[in-house]
Amino acid sequence: MLKKHPIITFIFFGFILFLISNRLDELRVYQGATVAIYAIGIASLILLIGYSGQVSLGHGAFLAIGGFAAALARIHYEAPIWLTFVVAVLAAAIGGALLGLAAARLSGPYLAGTTLALAIGLPSIANQFSIFGGEQGLTFDIGLPPASLGEDFTQYKWYFWICWAVALITLYWLRNILNSRYGRGWRAVRSNDVAAELAGIHVGRNKVLAFTISAGLAGLAGALLAMTISLASPGVFPLALSFSLATGAVLSGVTTLGGVMIGSVTLVAIPEIALAIANRYGSETITTNLPGLLVSALLILTVLFVPNGPVEQMHAKRAKRGHSSHSPVEISVRVGSKTWSTKK
Amino acid sequence: MNQFLDMVLIGISAASIYSLMAISMVLVWRSTRVVNFAQAGMALLSAYIGYELVARVGNFWIALPLAMILGAAFSAFIEFVLMRTLQKHSSQGAIAAIAPIIATLGLLGLIRAVIGFIWGHADVQIEAPLSKVGFTFGETTIVMSPMSLFVVLFVITLMIIVSVIFQKTNIGLALRASAYAPEIAQLAGIRVSGIRTLGWAIAGAAGAAAGILQTVNGTGALSPESLEFSLLLVFGFIAAVIGGLESLPGAVLGALILGLVLAAVQIYVSGALVFIVAFLLLLLVLILRPQGFLGSKAGRRA
Repeated sequence: MLKKHPIITFIFFGFILFLISNRLDELRVYQGATVAIYAIGIASLILLIGYSGQVSLGHGAFLAIGGFAAALARIHYEAPIWLTFVVAVLAAAIGGALLGLAAARLSGPYLAGTTLALAIGLPSIANQFSIFGGEQGLTFDIGLPPASLGEDFTQYKWYFWICWAVALITLYWLRNILNSRYGRGWRAVRSNDVAAELAGIHVGRNKVLAFTISAGLAGLAGALLAMTISLASPGVFPLALSFSLATGAVLSGVTTLGGVMIGSVTLVAIPEIALAIANRYGSETITTNLPGLLVSALLILTVLFVPNGPVEQMHAKRAKRGHSSHSPVEISVRVGSKTWSTKK
Repeated sequence: MNQFLDMVLIGISAASIYSLMAISMVLVWRSTRVVNFAQAGMALLSAYIGYELVARVGNFWIALPLAMILGAAFSAFIEFVLMRTLQKHSSQGAIAAIAPIIATLGLLGLIRAVIGFIWGHADVQIEAPLSKVGFTFGETTIVMSPMSLFVVLFVITLMIIVSVIFQKTNIGLALRASAYAPEIAQLAGIRVSGIRTLGWAIAGAAGAAAGILQTVNGTGALSPESLEFSLLLVFGFIAAVIGGLESLPGAVLGALILGLVLAAVQIYVSGALVFIVAFLLLLLVLILRPQGFLGSKAGRRA
């Protein structure tokens, strides 16, 4: 039932979240909203890295584009909330398409370096133009929650609802697109681009499309992030954000969209854990440095010992015991005596 | 005319530091096919070690080579512990191509956090050992100061040492052979894994020198979140890519091109545009000549 109709799972999950949101205090609700934002950001990276085989270390840059675009649309045109999100997606997708055109010709380390350079430089570029508000940035205020939701409906609960509604819709859509023709195309290109090309898949177009969609989703996450802190500024989208997203994607397992919650919850939980430890041992150095230390250590350990993520690991274990539920797409092409295959 | 001279001098002293960074990235790339994004963190750590040594020993001229040796040891240690483990564990699946990139990224974060633990987040200062006031000829003062002259000369000396090692010694031959064809080098009796570690060690020394010289030639301030070091990483990477990521002379050439272009932008247009121009230059090179100016056609393989 659930396997056949995944939308029921999504609706059920949404309903549980709705129940939960009524019982939590403000801080937890805010953190819950952050989890949703990270989920979208990580999902966009999973699409890019795990499915299309391109790596981006600077996805924070696309979040920044989305955040600033949404804030500008709100300030200058007083666009309604949903429209600011659409603007954010479009602006980031255009940026992604432009970079994707260059990226499609590049392989691993070159692309990683280029995106990293973008993430490092973008905040300082944003500082140069007065339209982006310099260091202070732009306020992004979506206003109070609608009065019909009742008196004690707080601002953060409103954010929580918006973030999760957007996140669930996005993840559902992404799940479908990854199981569609496009998703199969991306996986084929990632596994063996020569075989994919011979099978009639346009490699370059596929890669640019993946980059565009991924950037658009990142822009959406950026708009939501700017919304929850009511601000779009260079400080909201630091380099550390790009690294966090990459970490989250690796923790979730880059080839499994289903693991996305693992990464996003971990990213929100780590500062919390660090704070708890710091309170216990009462030191300021621990509070400031422990989150970074934990995230980085976790990242390295994951890459070393669970490189494909916990979900994939479980699948692999189950497959070993004889229940193979996970069958990757496989293409092999024979030309003369030579065979190209996506099978390893 | 004076402006032009300034541009050339600024360009050359910036280029000398970029070229050290580019060389360290090229060496790591050649030996293990990894672009080491943690190079910025390693350079930063070496600069902090340099700061500590200057404070303890009290002499910059002893601290600089000591920090370079420690940087080399640390870099070799990273190769030995992290990269070798990585090669054993994640050699399949979608992650294989990006695992080393992600690992170096994690290392960068780890180094920054450790620096934060040890030295805190407030800026620390390394005193410049030489004057940073430009030389004066009669009425005019040029931008080249004793400090930056030392940087340029020191880097040129290092270049000469590195190229002598690479061209004239057996170790250099082994380094070149195992970069060019690891399997064949192994068959010819070269310990490729040891040579890889050595490549990382030389890269670590070059990175350490880049970190310390960048600090004393610049503001002298160090902090774990230093944007300067992130930019150093990016400019080193761009210089290496212009040169083709494979070739050491290419890295120097790339650094010179980048340094001069950025100096020209800084003097004739605006300092604010430096990063944008560098980024566009990177995109331009990657689109028009992805194998770089001195790289081979096959240099683009992942």
